[in-house]
Amino acid sequence: MNDMAQDGYTTADGRKIGGVLMEMRNITLRFGGVKAITDISFDIREGEIRAIIGPNGAGKSSMLNVISGFYVPQEGEVWFHGQRRAPMKPYEVARQGIARTFQNIALFDGMSVLDNIMTGRLTMMKTGLFSQALWWGRAQAEETAHREKVERIIDFLEIQTIRKTPVGRLPYGLKKRVELARALAAEPKLLLLDEPMAGMNVEEKEDMSRFILDVNDEFGTTIALIEHDMGVVMDLSDRVVVMDYGKKIGDGTPDQVRANQAVIDAYLGVAHD
Amino acid sequence: MVLPDQVLYAMEAALNGLLSGVMYALVALGFVLIFKASGVFNYAQGVMALFAALTLVGIQQGQVPFADVINLIPGVEVHGFGWTVPALLAIVLTGLVMIGMALIIEALILKHLVNQPPIILFMATIGLAYFLEGLGDTMWGADIKTMDVGLPQGMSGTIDTVTNAWFGYGFYVDQLNIVATVVAAVLVALLMLFSQYSKQGRALRAVADDHQAALSVGISLRFIWVLVWSIAGFVALVAGIMWGARSGVQFSLSLIALKALPVLMLGGFTSIPGAIVGGLIIGVGEQLFEFWVGPLVGGATENWFAYVLALVFLVFRPQGLFGEKIIERV
Repeated sequence: MNDMAQDGYTTADGRKIGGVLMEMRNITLRFGGVKAITDISFDIREGEIRAIIGPNGAGKSSMLNVISGFYVPQEGEVWFHGQRRAPMKPYEVARQGIARTFQNIALFDGMSVLDNIMTGRLTMMKTGLFSQALWWGRAQAEETAHREKVERIIDFLEIQTIRKTPVGRLPYGLKKRVELARALAAEPKLLLLDEPMAGMNVEEKEDMSRFILDVNDEFGTTIALIEHDMGVVMDLSDRVVVMDYGKKIGDGTPDQVRANQAVIDAYLGVAHD
Repeated sequence: MVLPDQVLYAMEAALNGLLSGVMYALVALGFVLIFKASGVFNYAQGVMALFAALTLVGIQQGQVPFADVINLIPGVEVHGFGWTVPALLAIVLTGLVMIGMALIIEALILKHLVNQPPIILFMATIGLAYFLEGLGDTMWGADIKTMDVGLPQGMSGTIDTVTNAWFGYGFYVDQLNIVATVVAAVLVALLMLFSQYSKQGRALRAVADDHQAALSVGISLRFIWVLVWSIAGFVALVAGIMWGARSGVQFSLSLIALKALPVLMLGGFTSIPGAIVGGLIIGVGEQLFEFWVGPLVGGATENWFAYVLALVFLVFRPQGLFGEKIIERV
């Protein structure tokens, strides 16, 4: 990707990718004496589907947690929208327009699907506590406007039939979809997906791949995802970062990464003579 | 209408039971709120009610806080500012004190216990209860105080007249209980609207469900916790006023929390309407049980009836009447 112009590039399927949206510079993350991430740099460009892959324990989830503010790296800088981001709490990151899903699904089990997705819009609701009490009508109008947006996402992800169902009762595959819907409801500039296809069967994986592509296409959302399944990753993403033992061992288009010897070694093992 | 005396007495007992049930429900409400929002059983709720009542009386009567401590300094002798504060202003000021307390509780306790299991937080609230009890004593003194915020007290003349006209027998109903009922109804209506329909209410339910997910949608745990503890402090204040006006402001006020436990077991720990209905059932049950069964067993059944009822519920319907049945999916 060295020949890539500063202002972006055009993908093989003809999509225009914009400038740098987020940049990680020399990130190092330690837990006590253990280095989870060592000196990693990469960028995510506007409109891109960017994947982070690597074997178990490579530090992929840690990297996602750094981006979403759940971990604060000891060294390195996070740049977002061309500005250096001060260390901040996860909820502050969320308010900046970075939404995420979790590997082990973090939904509000006691609430309905609709209410879960509505929580995604909490940061966008303007009316405060007192104006809500004083101007009931205005608060209601705002709620309706948000509700319309949410209904669009519900249609988009084809979960109309379960909108009133408490999330705790849903099967795993649908929960993953509701979590995606909640993240989308925030209209994020950057969407982080932590193993969106983990534990799914082939059919569910195909559905999820389709939704990810459609989200990127329809809303122009920039997506960074972590995934185990190499086949899925290579089909989905524009560019791939490969991690192993907390270090970056490859970065480029799926084809470039596939041909990278260090990546092949990490995945298939090295022959010792 | 002529009814047998026994029926009239039972009706009177039931009516009074309903009204005192509201008082139980008031305390139970505070528990439910914090439990819903943080999954923590707040052992300190009763003491918070005591502390609120002490502070209210102290401010109203112009007491100097920590007077006993200040007087330890040789040559210093203070007792009061020498003014009295109007009841309404004193209530507002006490409300502010309770909000300040919520801020301090968040900063000193909750912030450091994020992601700890509920039992740890429960232990922390036990510590908080003892601390607040001591603080209340040191700040305002340990003597029994009377609360006078202008609430009507004594027999309600209207009810006496009306029932006399209907049945030829006047019911004795304390006016304070009627006021408590109205206050509780307003409070519950406000809290229900808040938790079901406001943005913060939805955020509050989200935090109770999953901390991590709540953070990921941009909810500040800090803000929600301060909000919840402020509301719990406010409910404690209302309960403190009602109970303080009824039986004086003294240490035993903090024990009303014990009465809230059976109410919660009946109504369910997660339901606001449950707290109300639970309170009413216990209130009425207690009075009628005392009326019918009391004479057979030598009376004083109020002391244990609620707890036995709660035990029965624990055996047959552990989640209470309205509580959420926690479904665990493997």
